[in-house]
Amino acid sequence: MHYIIKYVMKNILSTFLISVMLTVNVSAGTDGENNLSKKTKTTKDCFEGLNRASFTLNQGLDKAIFKPVAKGYRALPSSVRSGTSNALINLSSLVTVPNNILQGEFKTAGINTGRFVVNTTVGILGVFDVADKMGFPKYEKEDYGQTLGVWGVGPGCYLVLPVLGPSTIRDTAGSFLNALGGDPYYNASTHGNNEFLTTSQYVATKILTGVDFRAKNLETIDNLEKNSLDFYASVKSLYLQDRQRKIANKNVITNATIEVLYEGDWEEIEPK
Amino acid sequence: MLSKKTYTIISFLIIFLSNIVNVYSIEPDVFVQSTVNRAAKTLSGSLTKEERIEKLKKIASETVDINGIGYYTLGNYRKNITDEQIKQYKFLFRQYFLKSFSSRLAEYSNPEIEVISKKKINENYTLVSSILVSTKKRPEVKIDWRVYTKNPENPVIRDLIIEGLSLARTQKEEFSSIIQGNDGDINALFSTLKEFVK
Repeated sequence: MHYIIKYVMKNILSTFLISVMLTVNVSAGTDGENNLSKKTKTTKDCFEGLNRASFTLNQGLDKAIFKPVAKGYRALPSSVRSGTSNALINLSSLVTVPNNILQGEFKTAGINTGRFVVNTTVGILGVFDVADKMGFPKYEKEDYGQTLGVWGVGPGCYLVLPVLGPSTIRDTAGSFLNALGGDPYYNASTHGNNEFLTTSQYVATKILTGVDFRAKNLETIDNLEKNSLDFYASVKSLYLQDRQRKIANKNVITNATIEVLYEGDWEEIEPK
Repeated sequence: MLSKKTYTIISFLIIFLSNIVNVYSIEPDVFVQSTVNRAAKTLSGSLTKEERIEKLKKIASETVDINGIGYYTLGNYRKNITDEQIKQYKFLFRQYFLKSFSSRLAEYSNPEIEVISKKKINENYTLVSSILVSTKKRPEVKIDWRVYTKNPENPVIRDLIIEGLSLARTQKEEFSSIIQGNDGDINALFSTLKEFVK
């Protein structure tokens, strides 16, 4: 019975993913020009009413649950928090490395594999970032949504998912790939038939990742909310800019990407 | 034909004037570093929050092209509004910007910003890269400054790009959302701005 449910679920997920990919493909066409060299395109907010409703729900959940939990988490000793954060980042390498490969970044994939091996062993399950002390290059997370973006798939419409927060059709499809075999940690937890990992542990890890993120950004998010005229629009803009930057996949601060990403928007503005 | 004497005087004047421009032109990275030093001094001093905010507003008024950012933030809508509306918008945007900007910054204490490099994007813009040095509470933050350098002797800041996220662009999209949500009525934006600056 258990296997039948899993089989059916897998098929539902596959069907959903394929239909989403087909939808996304509509906006994935190219006219032969480099997208980045053109004026920044706006991602459509096709479901704005629904998205705003989800956003309000998420804000309610945040105030009632996530923020208080994040505040409690912040009260823990900083060594505990940084150890937890390191372990979660280390675990994310399991998704980052396949995506490095899919994006053709073989050298980075090698470096990230080395980092994962060192931190998991010497760094005791990633609690200590030994690789950083050894001089490994800075770690950048990658996911399947980013890979789809690198392959030229457009973001599709903007989405706000209940509990999970801002996304796009492409990025949501990318998240489904984790459950379809793209995340070794998910596979080992749910299909691994081992005595060490369970589905609930996987879910707990994901919740902890959310709490860790929220705790790191307590003041920033409060400040943004306080100074926004339309908080929903600010979060949407920041999410989409961040994804665009990550898909451009370079260190924005030190190379030319930023001028390509933003220059088109700055028409000649002469103070009147 | 110009006499030799007139020619010499004109040449001398040209050289003299070009030297003046050179003497007074300010390098964008030096400009940014001196601006952040001023702000850091304000934030690390023993001033009250209100005093800090007032000082930060003064620094922003002197170093940021608030009108320029205002026009950028309005996007295409600026092309279809009356002179009277522009005047009203300029007034409201300045108040909104100064309140929002100083309130965001006033939360920081003892910020240490190091300018790392600069890159000339084109004739009008230079991108200055800096880092907000990490503390025990927060990691290092990368901040880029889009400096408008059309008048080299008077550079002004037009955007802050924090970890790749442009504040001007965020503001532009936020304003656009408000106008669109009210069937393109720019007066809705004015009302929201008025409410914010109260």
